[in-house]
Parts: sequence; C-alpha cells; structure tokens
Amino acid sequence: MKDYEIVNKRDLASNVVEYNIYAPYISKHCLAGQFIILRVDAEGERVPFTICDYSRENGTVCILVQTIGYSTLKLSKMQIGDALHDVVGPLGNPTDLSKYESVLLVGGGIGLAVIYPQAKQLKAEGKKVDVAIGARNISLLMYVDEFKQSSDNLYLITDDGSNGKKGFVTDVIKELVDGGKKYDAVFAVGPLPMMRAVCNLTKEYNIETIVSMNSIMVDGTGMCGCCRLSVGGKTKYACIDGPEFDGHQVDWDEAIARGKVYKEEEQEHLCNLRREYGEDK
Amino acid sequence: MEKINRHLMPSQEPEVRRNNFKEVALGYTDEIAYAEAQRCLNCKNPQCVQGCPVNVNIPGFISKIKEKDLDGAATILEQDNNLAAICGRVCPQERQCESLCIRGKLEGPVAIGNLERYVADYALNNITSNIKSDEFKDRKVAVIGSGPASLTCAANLAMKGVKVTVYEALHKAGGVLVYGIPEFRLPKDLVQKVIDRVTALGVDIKLNVVVGKSIYIDELLEENDAVFIGTGAGLPQFLRCEGENLAGVYSANEYLTRVNLMKAYDKSSITPVKRGKKVVVVGAGNVAMDAARTAVRLGGEVHLVYRRSRQEMPARAEEIHHAEEEGVIFDILTNPIRIFGENGNVTGMTCVKMELGEPDASGRRSPIPVEGSEFDIQADQVIVALGTSPNPIIKNSYPALKFTPKGTIEADAETGETNIKNLYAGGDAQTGAATVILAMGAGKRAAKAMLDSFTK
Repeated sequence: MKDYEIVNKRDLASNVVEYNIYAPYISKHCLAGQFIILRVDAEGERVPFTICDYSRENGTVCILVQTIGYSTLKLSKMQIGDALHDVVGPLGNPTDLSKYESVLLVGGGIGLAVIYPQAKQLKAEGKKVDVAIGARNISLLMYVDEFKQSSDNLYLITDDGSNGKKGFVTDVIKELVDGGKKYDAVFAVGPLPMMRAVCNLTKEYNIETIVSMNSIMVDGTGMCGCCRLSVGGKTKYACIDGPEFDGHQVDWDEAIARGKVYKEEEQEHLCNLRREYGEDK
Repeated sequence: MEKINRHLMPSQEPEVRRNNFKEVALGYTDEIAYAEAQRCLNCKNPQCVQGCPVNVNIPGFISKIKEKDLDGAATILEQDNNLAAICGRVCPQERQCESLCIRGKLEGPVAIGNLERYVADYALNNITSNIKSDEFKDRKVAVIGSGPASLTCAANLAMKGVKVTVYEALHKAGGVLVYGIPEFRLPKDLVQKVIDRVTALGVDIKLNVVVGKSIYIDELLEENDAVFIGTGAGLPQFLRCEGENLAGVYSANEYLTRVNLMKAYDKSSITPVKRGKKVVVVGAGNVAMDAARTAVRLGGEVHLVYRRSRQEMPARAEEIHHAEEEGVIFDILTNPIRIFGENGNVTGMTCVKMELGEPDASGRRSPIPVEGSEFDIQADQVIVALGTSPNPIIKNSYPALKFTPKGTIEADAETGETNIKNLYAGGDAQTGAATVILAMGAGKRAAKAMLDSFTK
C-alpha cells in the first residue's frame, strides 16, 4: 500500500464524498475529533479535515469532504488506488464528552462527520444521546441509518422541507427543550452561522454548548497563528487549543470575518479549475 | 599593515530587486574573493574563531582561498559547519566573527561571511564527497524537526556513521530555512542542495510526522540510542491588544509561510496571501525585516513600526540597510496600542509616540510612552513580528520532560542533555527565538555529547 493512498471512496450525498486514506502514522494514535491536513498534489494548499473514523488494523483514516472548492474538486477527481501528495496528523485535541450523561448532538452539512463518532461512543457507553441533523434539502441528509443505530432519538430537518419537516436545527432544539427535554450539553458542529445560531439559542436556555471550529489553517501545529479566534476575550488557536471550544464564549463575528478572508481568491481558483475540467456553466 | 578597503558584496539594485524575489546579494566573483582573502592577516591568535558559535577555522579556510585551493577551503569549512552556504548568508557576522577582526578597527573587518558563502557555494556546485566514517554504524538516533539545529545535529552524527532519522511536521524539510527566511535572502534551491548533502550522508528524513501527535517521544526513545529535539521557536506572539484578530492581521510566521513555503508570491499559487496596499509591520528583528521586504515586493507601501530607536533594532545590519534601500519606511519610537477595522477587516492602528529612558534588563534603553501623543495609521494589512513563545505540543504529550518557567525545554547549555536519559534538546526550542547559527551550535554540541556517550 502506498502512503496516503485512497483505499475507499463513496458518494454520500450530492457533492459529499467519504474517503478512507491509508496513513498508518495517523491511524495509530488518532481519536475522534482530531483532524488531518492534506495536500492533493505537489502544488496543493494545506487543507484541514476532521477525522470521522479510523481503523488501527488497516492503517486508515476516514474523512468526509464536501466538494466546494479548488482542492476538494481536485480531490473528487481522484480514484481508489490514487495517492494524495501528503497527509499529516492527527492534529488538535480529541473530543471529550465523557463528563456528560445526556447530550444533544447537532450537525449541519458535513458537521455530521464530527458528531457521528460521538453518537457511536455515547451510545456504546449507555448514555442518553439525541441527534438533530439539518441540511438544505433531503438529498444532503447523510448517515441517517447510522444515526438511527447510534442515538435514542433522531430528528431530521431541511431548509426546504423536502424531508417533510421544514426549518433549521435551531427549531428542533427549541421544540425539544420547550417540550421538557433536559440535556447536560449540546455539541454542535456545522457551518459557522449555524453554530452561532445554535449557541445564541442555547445561551438563552443556559445549556452548555461545545462547537468544533473549522478555521483556515496553514501548518496546523501552532506555528502560524492563522486559525486564531477569540474565546472569552482570549486569543486561542483552533489547531492546538481546539478545535473544540465553549460556543458561548466564541466571538462569532470575528470568526466569520476571518473565515471569509480568501473568498475571492478561492472563487477565482475554483472557476479556473472548473474551466480546465470543462465543468463551467 | 597595508590599508585595503573591505570589498563590497555585489547586489541587485534596490529599484530592480524591490520588484522581484531573486536573491539580493549576488556573491563574490573569483577576483573579489581572492582580493578580499588577502586582507586576512592570519592572526596567531585568531579572535574571529572565538566569535563564531561553531568555531569555524576561519583563517584556515581563508588561507586556502589565498592559495586558490577552493577544495581545500571547502574541506576545512565543512569540518566545522555543514550549513556554511546558509550561514554565509544569514549569520549576524557583525556581532560575531567580524566584530572581533583586527582589521575592523581600521578599514572594516575581513568579509568573513561573504568569503564563507563564496567557498560554500563552490562546494555545493563542485564537490560531492563528504567526510564520513562508519565508527558508530550500529547506533541509531532520532532527530525531531529539520531546521538548522536538527540538520546540524543529524549531519554531525551521520558523518560518524550513526543511522539518523529526522522527523519533520511540514511537507518540506528545512524548518525556518524554508518557511521563514525569504527567497531573496536565502534561495530555496540552495537550501535544498544543503539538505541533499545531509541526506547524502545517509540521513533519512520523514516528512509529515508530528512528534507528540503522530508518534510519541517514548516510542522514539525505545527505538533509538538517543533523541534530539530541535522543534524550533513555536507560537507567534501577538500584541495582546484590541483588534489583533481582525481579518488582515497576520503573524509574520503566517505571512512568510504563505509566501515562502506555499509560494504565494506567485499569483498562480493555490495558497493565497493578501497583497496589502498599505502595510504596517510591527517589530524590528530579522523576521520583521523579512516580512517588510516581502510586502514591498508584493506591491505595498510598507511602514515598520518599532517602539525603540534605530540603534536598538535587533535585526542584522545588512537587513536594516536593505529594507531601507528598498523603500521600507521606519516609524521608530512608535508603539501600537490598538488595531481597528470595519466589517471585521483591519483598516488601521492607533499608535503612541515613545521616548527612551533608562536601560532595562536587556541593556537597551527602555521606551516610555509620550503622554497625549496618540495617532492613527491607516493600513489594510498588519503583520506582527514580535517573536514567538514555545510550542506546547511536545510539552503536552510528554509531561516527564522538564521545561523552564518560560516554557522552553530545560537542557544543559553545553551538551543539550535534558532531565530524561538519552534525550537532548537545542536550538530555539531550548533558547527561545534566536539565530540560525546559535541553533546550529547547539545541534553540533548535542551530536558531540551523544557520540561521547556512545563510547562510554
């Protein structure tokens, strides 16, 4: 087996792909919640992805990738047996929900990748675990069967109501808590605006909320400081202090502004690549 | 003693080089090197050697230049310095070897750095042989990091036959030599050639391995006779003021890594960097100069804000001179107190004027704010180059290792030994942010201490 070889690849939803990558250095010590940084080719940018599963026996790690940018589009063209240029990890700290007895896991978009292993673990430990996942439409709801197995209650919701329930994950949380459900903690992972909306709501309910930050990074080991954010007025690095933080303490406006810094450049590179692939509309 | 003036380094003209990333200093020609070598008096008690952190036999290699025996000069140089082509370019010679040169009192010291570079470049391009024995061929050492301390340690061990494995966290070897120091000061092809010489000695470099995450120090100690930690300086320090996390505020580490390692100076590079129109760099060390000169090349009007005066600037004299020539504007005796912005993006900073008071612990006159002197500077990019604090990855993953209160690794200054048997440390990870040559010195001494321990 080549280092960083794609040993398995499957489409999970529209534009969402699950990759299993051979990386024995990473699979040996990694835990759920940690992340990797990969480069697709020799000129590639360094992009972080959360580890959503791993196999120590096979030496593989599993990541969930939404094909939305230059590197993820390039990655989507790679086939089983192809190797990435390089992959490093495991970086960051593992998720630790061990102190909670009753948890509501909230996932949006590929945030599911982060909450799925937590659902599995909490369920295996016999704890109370409810899962709420939201997506733009029904075709983007993923891991539904897996979550059914690994939760006490699963709540699905879509922006357009195409699965029969219309709204946002915040609507689900509201309904549950107003209906008398009690949780020690909410673990919310997804796009920044979603995590912010969840935190604004759970703050009102006074429920501790943990979020996983997907900041822009370069080295991922603390050297560059690109991924920094303000948490409770203090500067923290997502790569070495996180990626998980107390969501009620995060400065969301700042995080969202920092996340948009290279939007123009990214769009330009993506358009060029689409043109190269003959996929421009 | 005949009076001969020091020979200047031929360089790209400022107006030309501020638009390109090619090396500024072009190197001596054979004629200039030969003439400059004649200036060395070959002192009986050469002070310059004492001034060199790795004690290069300076009169020895310069004598060989006088004899036009460059192979001989290279052999002498390489005996003490595996990274001479790098040192010739980035060492603060004016504070080390050259500061002690007897000629310095009259018409300028012998240009030791320039001659070192001349010989080392010749060796890189013309000599393949390396000094190597197999004395310790049954020994194994792991080296963590691949910057100057680690490369020197690895090379010195490999020269004695030790089987060395280097673990590098990034996708490219070289540490600060590749991510930090810009192309125009230290060409990356040259760094690669130097690294190739180290691997030619049998050193195996494993990329994309973060020790403390991908593999643990315990595992390395188990598999090796000794382990060297040369992980470098670590986390960039920020201003700890309002607005430091606005979009457009960079650490110098991030800015330089994007430009150098990820090649963002090339517009076709997939890794982007913002090209500020009005850039403020905070700090006045070598890293600040590197960032400021890079920002000039990316098309910005660049101000360098420093709270003390020009005299106290910690950067190499040549870097300060080059930065000024290239149009970097020095706002000295100026201290930032707040960064401000609009919609999350930086638009400027508020500064206060400073005056110099009594000397502080560092021996430099300490800056004191002038009351009521606050003023705003407009800027669309701020780059903070205020040094670094130690990286916690090793510390968190290996609590048995002792650290100083500052967070640097506690190690013997002479041997690099830590409180853990067979575990050594050196370079910025031990000293805090310092120079390439000091890191090399530490790597060399640790290698010697390891070899000594192998014969006991």
